[in-house]
Amino acid sequence: MIRLSHIKKSFRVSRRAGGIKNAVGSFFRRQYDTVEALADISFEIGDGEMVGYIGPNGAGKSSTVKVMSGILTPDSGECVINGRVPWKQRKEHVSELGVVFGQRSALWWDVPVADSFELLQAIYSVDPIEYRRNLDRLTEMLDLSQLLQTPTRQLSLGQRMRCEIAAALIHSPKILFLDEPTIGLDAVSKIAVRDFVADLNRERGTTVILTTHDMQDIEALTKRIILIGRGRILLDGQLSDLRHRFEGRRRLTAEFTGSADLTALPEGASLLTLDGREGLSAVSDGSHRAVFAIDGSPSALISLLSGKTELTDIAVESTSIDEIVVNMYREYGV
Amino acid sequence: MSEAAKQPSFLHKYLAFFHIRFSAGLQYRAAALAGIATQFFWGFMETLLYNAFWRGDPSAFPMGLQATVNYIWFRQAMLSMFNSWHFDSSIFSAITGGSISMELIRPCDLYAMWLTKSCASRLSRVVLRCMPILVIASFLPAGYGMRFPEGCETAGDVVFALAVTLISLIGSLLVVSSIEMFVYISTFYTLNHAGVRMVYGMVAGFLGGELVPLPFLPDGFYDVLQYLPFAAVQSAPCLIWGGTLAGMDALRTVGLQFIWAAVLIVTGRMWLNRSLKRVVVQGG
Repeated sequence: MIRLSHIKKSFRVSRRAGGIKNAVGSFFRRQYDTVEALADISFEIGDGEMVGYIGPNGAGKSSTVKVMSGILTPDSGECVINGRVPWKQRKEHVSELGVVFGQRSALWWDVPVADSFELLQAIYSVDPIEYRRNLDRLTEMLDLSQLLQTPTRQLSLGQRMRCEIAAALIHSPKILFLDEPTIGLDAVSKIAVRDFVADLNRERGTTVILTTHDMQDIEALTKRIILIGRGRILLDGQLSDLRHRFEGRRRLTAEFTGSADLTALPEGASLLTLDGREGLSAVSDGSHRAVFAIDGSPSALISLLSGKTELTDIAVESTSIDEIVVNMYREYGV
Repeated sequence: MSEAAKQPSFLHKYLAFFHIRFSAGLQYRAAALAGIATQFFWGFMETLLYNAFWRGDPSAFPMGLQATVNYIWFRQAMLSMFNSWHFDSSIFSAITGGSISMELIRPCDLYAMWLTKSCASRLSRVVLRCMPILVIASFLPAGYGMRFPEGCETAGDVVFALAVTLISLIGSLLVVSSIEMFVYISTFYTLNHAGVRMVYGMVAGFLGGELVPLPFLPDGFYDVLQYLPFAAVQSAPCLIWGGTLAGMDALRTVGLQFIWAAVLIVTGRMWLNRSLKRVVVQGG
């Protein structure tokens, strides 16, 4: 159980205009700005939930994760995770926590991966039998057997990331924070990581909080998403509801031969481009390509087209999750 | 699986840390060889210098020639443990680069973790380097080579001196590493460690007897400096192994070393925990 209420955190950053003159000036007189990283963050996440925590760059995602990991002490507000306040009972709290920061490494740079894992076993006091079992399972699922003897510095990014995820799970944490876990991974590794996280959540009931800019991650893993912008929670809901709400009109692309006049269309459909041009609505013989925007069912439009022309190809695309997020960001002005 | 792993204890995780750091430090063989050569050469020059002074006026010496030569060789052998210019760059970069967040998500005391790291890296550097120097120095001719401490007449005296010196070395390691911690912690505030390191290196070197053994400083200096933590680093074990500090004096000095170690560790840990409250993780 994770509960945050009215968490605030601001940072003081020194500001100066560029140039040598201002650099000399700031030696004598510093100017500081206060940046509110977290203005008012409240949410609750139950055990075993998988939640996508999204927002544009600089929205406060990482700061929230750091507060929940006990790394940052907020200025005010309450945060209780499994009955503990992270920054006050840090050691007890983090022993049940697994964290993957995609941009940082939890592995020791100049020793083989297996040595790093053993050190983690010692740090978390993992029972040897449990350690063996976890390691075997992680090795199999993340395909690590070839990597364990290699020093971390010689791993590729995708290999390292798989090892990082294993490192975060070696102590069977109850809560897992994934901060951009698939950053820089190829398609195969991305899918392997997603499958693994989904299995973990299903089998062990691990609570997962996923911060990412990769909307495919969110789509593949989470049902609930929390949107944050400028340090505030803007939206908290089921992904399917949001999809419904922010889904724009779908797009239908038709290729046909013959002449056609497309001025009169069924209700809910509108012509976007014809042969790549806007404002054109009738063409003479030849092969053509028309793009429509539609609401609801495409059947009326398709029957109209097939009646008037010789259809050669037709495709309907729904709004991608990326476009939905863009729509959301736009609506909330972040 | 080792016995220790079956019974996880408080110390177990720090020992594991010590082990990984220690073995990482042992791999740098070329650096160790270069260090041995430099330290030996420097020591040899210094013994020549002090011998020349001795021939000039033995009465001007605050301690015996053998004690002085022992001091020089012992310091040269243990230099990589005593020195005030060696730092662990990974700790600096953890603070300035933000990877400290990876250390804070571990169920460990950050101070204990860093202190372990720093002790382990000093120890791993010294074990490779001290033996060749100590052995060669013991075979050098009288007046230039290292001998048993002055004033040791029986085997019992030698064993006593050896035991006290060893305990004093442990005290030195704790004091120098805990002073080093203050330099690391100051980086939370300055974000650039070059200045603090330079000032610390010079002050600690001078006050600790790196330039000249502390008794050689003008009258009155030693009376005060011997009580400072800097003297608890290299001056204490070197003077004990020279025989300048013997018997109760030696024991008192070792006691003071451990008092300093305790004071520095407690205050350093308090300061670190205070700094962490206002920590800004650099670089997102």
